[in-house]
Amino acid sequence: MSVLVYTESENGKLKKAALECVSYAKAIADEMGTSVTAVAINANDTDALGNYGASKVLNVNNDALNTFNAKQYASVIEQAAKQEGATVAIVSSSADSKYLAPLLAVGLEAGYVSNVVEKPSNLSPFTVKRTAFTNKAFANTEINTDVKLVGLSNNSFGLVESGGSASVEDFSPSIADSGVSVESVDKAVGKVTIADAEVVVSGGRGLKGPENWGLVENLAEVLGAATACSKPVSDLGWRSHSEHVGQTGKPVATNLYIAIGISGAIQHLAGISASKVKVVINTDPEAPFFKAADYGIVGDAFEVVPVLTEKLKAFKAQNA
Amino acid sequence: MKILVCISHVPDTTSKINFTDGDTKFDTNGVQYVINPNDEFGLTRAMWFKEKQGASVDVVNVGGPETEPTLRKALAIGADSAIRVNTEAKDGFAVAKELAKVVTDGSYDLVIAGRESIDYNGGMVPGMLSGLTGANFVANCIGLEVDGTNAKAVREIDGGKETVNTSLPLVIGGQKGLVEESDLRIPNMRGIMMARKKPLNVVEPAGANNETSANSFEKPAPKGAVKLVDADNIDELINLLHNEAKVI
Repeated sequence: MSVLVYTESENGKLKKAALECVSYAKAIADEMGTSVTAVAINANDTDALGNYGASKVLNVNNDALNTFNAKQYASVIEQAAKQEGATVAIVSSSADSKYLAPLLAVGLEAGYVSNVVEKPSNLSPFTVKRTAFTNKAFANTEINTDVKLVGLSNNSFGLVESGGSASVEDFSPSIADSGVSVESVDKAVGKVTIADAEVVVSGGRGLKGPENWGLVENLAEVLGAATACSKPVSDLGWRSHSEHVGQTGKPVATNLYIAIGISGAIQHLAGISASKVKVVINTDPEAPFFKAADYGIVGDAFEVVPVLTEKLKAFKAQNA
Repeated sequence: MKILVCISHVPDTTSKINFTDGDTKFDTNGVQYVINPNDEFGLTRAMWFKEKQGASVDVVNVGGPETEPTLRKALAIGADSAIRVNTEAKDGFAVAKELAKVVTDGSYDLVIAGRESIDYNGGMVPGMLSGLTGANFVANCIGLEVDGTNAKAVREIDGGKETVNTSLPLVIGGQKGLVEESDLRIPNMRGIMMARKKPLNVVEPAGANNETSANSFEKPAPKGAVKLVDADNIDELINLLHNEAKVI
């Protein structure tokens, strides 16, 4: 009996979401009176996991797993869970983790609940709170199977350092057939992604054209933020679909979401409402976004945003 | 090529979300139901395979008789026949198990499901369906071409996309990008008339148990009014974000 966490990494480095999942697992393990085992695939910095509550790390190093493959990764985690006799397994809400989780659920015959935002309210029956209806409600959901699989929403639990240390063991699982092989990857290098970001700066049609995106990018750079856009902007081809946030685009659950020139259609608000603090900058005081935002400026983005960027730069320099 | 498109019957985006019976049930009163948007992109792509590559396209839903108008709409858009598995959709795993039986019984080559439904947002049915049937699986699929038994798909990843090669039988979790919004079809009168004559077969469930259950619902706490900051006083916004919201 233990709590197993899949600690996701990219280019050998653990993702922040992995540390959050370990922090979350530790909180559950403490209540269950058990310990946390992390399984990491081709990550170089697994020593850090003890500090967030892992007692043991199963370290997988295998060149066959250099490229993410949902079936192979799910199989590795399944083998780790079975070896450890895990009764609870935790994954993050990254695109890759959400890809492999249903396969893992089938392998472990585990009831799976995604988009979980809190620690279980009860261990027996095991009950977690998740978002539903595209963030318009929460559902308190019970898992009835012996093994439980929880998908934790990013930025919902936070990082908790417990100052412990973990024993690191090599783990050599058998490698499943891939079924799907990657031909090419098209991904911006060195940019913060929407999924990993703590701050997202998003632009809408109010910016008038793709040539004005420097406004969004400069502000994002000062804040270490990811850039995003509204649906009309991606439909017009000003920005790629992978930046589109909203109901049919990417969900956003960041600490700070800044919307520039976005009116706030219901589909857009549904996708971003899990963000903790929302700031809107729009010329139209009647824009629906003002009803959903925490802070707002009624003004012209072309005047307000450069000033905000400069002042934030000075603020960051002062508080660095 | 035999294609099965999984259709989820969901409340329209603009629906008011309320709950009844002590917050244990979704309040369907006055709610308009539609084809789940992620499924509709997939259905439209399936029509392309039908018209250009001679594929057959069936649609399926797991649900009670109240979901039939949604299946009829899919038939009016152009699907050849519909299947309704006659049981309440309780959780993703149970739905996937019911669908797996339909896929196996019908020997489908390609199963197109939506990335997630816009009501419960579980995002698990397509993956579980592939796990249960042994088919290959591509999630967050924004592009798909099939040549014989080979398939090339594009998957949206965090911060970009990747192109993958795989083969039939295949399950995809589709979304916008498979086709664009402007490609979506509104059923015309001829389609609606024809849909009435197309087969809609009701099959009895395999009887899968649900492994999770949503026991109660709650709505987010009402949000306070927006704090407006004057456009000439950006310092105040920075102050609020730093000292009050504590996010910078």
